[in-house]
Amino acid sequence: MTAFILRRLWQMLPTLLGVILLTFFLFNFVGGDPAYLLAGKISSPEQIANIRTQLGIDQPVYVQLWIFIKQVMSADFGVSWSTNEQVSQIIATRIGPSLTVLVPILIIETVLSVALALGVAYVRGSLTDRSIMIVCTIAMSVSLLVYIIVGQYALAYKLGWFPVQGWGESFSENLLRFSALPILLGVAVGIAPNTRLYRTFFLDEINQDYVRTARAKGLSENTVMLKHVLRNALIPIITNLMIYLPGLLIGHFLIERFFSIPGIGREVILAVERSDFPVIKAITIYVAIATMFANLLADVLYKLVDPRVQLK
Amino acid sequence: MTNPATYHPSPGLWVLAWRRLIADRIAVISMIVVAAFLLLTAGSMSGLIAANWNDEVAIGYAKPGFVAEPKVASRNTAAQVGPVVAAENPPGRVIDPLATELAELRASLGQKVGSGGTAPAAGVPPVGLDLGDIKVIDPIAKEFADALAEAQAEGRKERVDTLPFGADKWGHDVILKTIKGSETSILVGLAAALVATVIGTLLGAIAGYYGGWIDDFFNWFYNIFTAIPYLLLILAIAAVLNQKGVTTIVLILGLTGWTGIFRLVRAEYLKHRSREYVQAADAIGASNFRRMFVHIFPNVSHVSLVQLSVHAVGFIKSEVILSFLGFGVPVDKVSWGSMLGEAQNELILGYWWQLAAATLAMAVLVTAFSMFTDALRDALDPKIK
Repeated sequence: MTAFILRRLWQMLPTLLGVILLTFFLFNFVGGDPAYLLAGKISSPEQIANIRTQLGIDQPVYVQLWIFIKQVMSADFGVSWSTNEQVSQIIATRIGPSLTVLVPILIIETVLSVALALGVAYVRGSLTDRSIMIVCTIAMSVSLLVYIIVGQYALAYKLGWFPVQGWGESFSENLLRFSALPILLGVAVGIAPNTRLYRTFFLDEINQDYVRTARAKGLSENTVMLKHVLRNALIPIITNLMIYLPGLLIGHFLIERFFSIPGIGREVILAVERSDFPVIKAITIYVAIATMFANLLADVLYKLVDPRVQLK
Repeated sequence: MTNPATYHPSPGLWVLAWRRLIADRIAVISMIVVAAFLLLTAGSMSGLIAANWNDEVAIGYAKPGFVAEPKVASRNTAAQVGPVVAAENPPGRVIDPLATELAELRASLGQKVGSGGTAPAAGVPPVGLDLGDIKVIDPIAKEFADALAEAQAEGRKERVDTLPFGADKWGHDVILKTIKGSETSILVGLAAALVATVIGTLLGAIAGYYGGWIDDFFNWFYNIFTAIPYLLLILAIAAVLNQKGVTTIVLILGLTGWTGIFRLVRAEYLKHRSREYVQAADAIGASNFRRMFVHIFPNVSHVSLVQLSVHAVGFIKSEVILSFLGFGVPVDKVSWGSMLGEAQNELILGYWWQLAAATLAMAVLVTAFSMFTDALRDALDPKIK
């Protein structure tokens, strides 16, 4: 196990280097000269030259790359181009609101869709199963923008059940008052695709021989479904959840934008709108690192859930 | 010896798949819906339909025909009185939606003054004068008359109060706008899916066929692209390119979306490269390129086709979100995403029809396309006979 983890960590290095190269290449070359972006429309050649010296982009490429790698290693990306705030400070203060909204969404959505999927998988092929699947397909076809636009308008603006948008100081107020509607909408958006996906996981298990054996030895349907089928289907479900985990760190772009939640997602959109490259670069690199660790965690969890899995 | 006349070759994968597809009622219905949308797209591209979507044919936020009340009551009663009938359709309506109200006001003013028979007060135009000659009280009447003459010379039609499906802020017909928006969204989705499928298939074929360090190299690429969350990668590239356009968004979606296809095609090529038919091709001297694309590709092309369909649906959805956020199509283009962007502000004012039209069009297409994709996948699955 230790050897496996060490080897995987070692294998992460080339990928990390690749991500650094890709980000470096994108923002330093494809994006054009950042000095012109920073200096604005009216700028003198001296100003441009000054900014270039400040940013270090008058240096040769390998020096610039080395500066960038040092930035990644020391977690110091300097200051935001538009607000002059420390980039590390921005990330540290924005991650809380993102997690406040996204963690409850992930938990509620998973519990509900696993329960629903188990139910429809049990009555597979029936009218209930087919109608729920059709409803899910249609629900997935409506853009998630529409859920948020209509939900915010109807439940907050028209009916006044929730605040239209906003964010407070205390955690409990944020979670219970300001996050309630975003969480509700997030769950509403995610439940249809997850139910469909988890249903196929359960169907894969339900037809296995061990299920027939369990029934043959006279176990109750509850035991068969909850102990045997659910446990085995947990493996693909956990993989799926692991894919979501790094997503928690970048927040939900649309929900955060609509509800003015000061999270990472909103910060990314603002940064893109303002061409605030240091912020986007930093978030890209950190989320990529988090994704690699989440994948490693998923493999380790596999082993814990299913002893048959061979780690290689 | 067998008689050549009775020899029937067994149908190939594509023929079998097609037969399975048209035997599936849901697949046929969804194919018809998708085909209808594609026809609409082709029609609006060639300018046969919705070419004049940009005409401002109605008043701003004209209500859809099925919710608008019949003509305003006061106008009817005024018309019944008699003398104002002529005011029902004054020429000024071509450029001024309120012209009718103005004419009525003027007529009723004239009536009141006329019936009273009193001498006009100072500043009020004398009754005997032509009340239609508004220059007396309106300093910009000349500009109005010029604009009217110009509009009439151009043959511009008067703006209507209601449209079957309503109008947007500028008075564009929502149904035509939706068709034009469908064109953009569908074209972006299909083109980006094509780019992603070509890249994914090509890289997957090379990686899977050659293996070794070439495989490692492309896997490294794959790992880099999948380490960055999809939407973040798209936004980062959008930030860097910093220019809006249909080509830009197609490239962004296509260049970031190839990873899933690469993985699947690579696995297929790994499986096929050591099969006997490939060895036989090698034995008769087929080049690597020929073995990859003439011999193996027809056997894995169904994977690419299904992925093309899956990704088209996904990219149509992504385009809507990107355009909504303002990183998608440019402002002079209309897409479902830009319609939803406008609709967000309209909804607060109670104008829901643009939102409904874009949502419905997209939901119908995406539902049909997803069902078609599922049916296509089942039909092409060689395990199902």
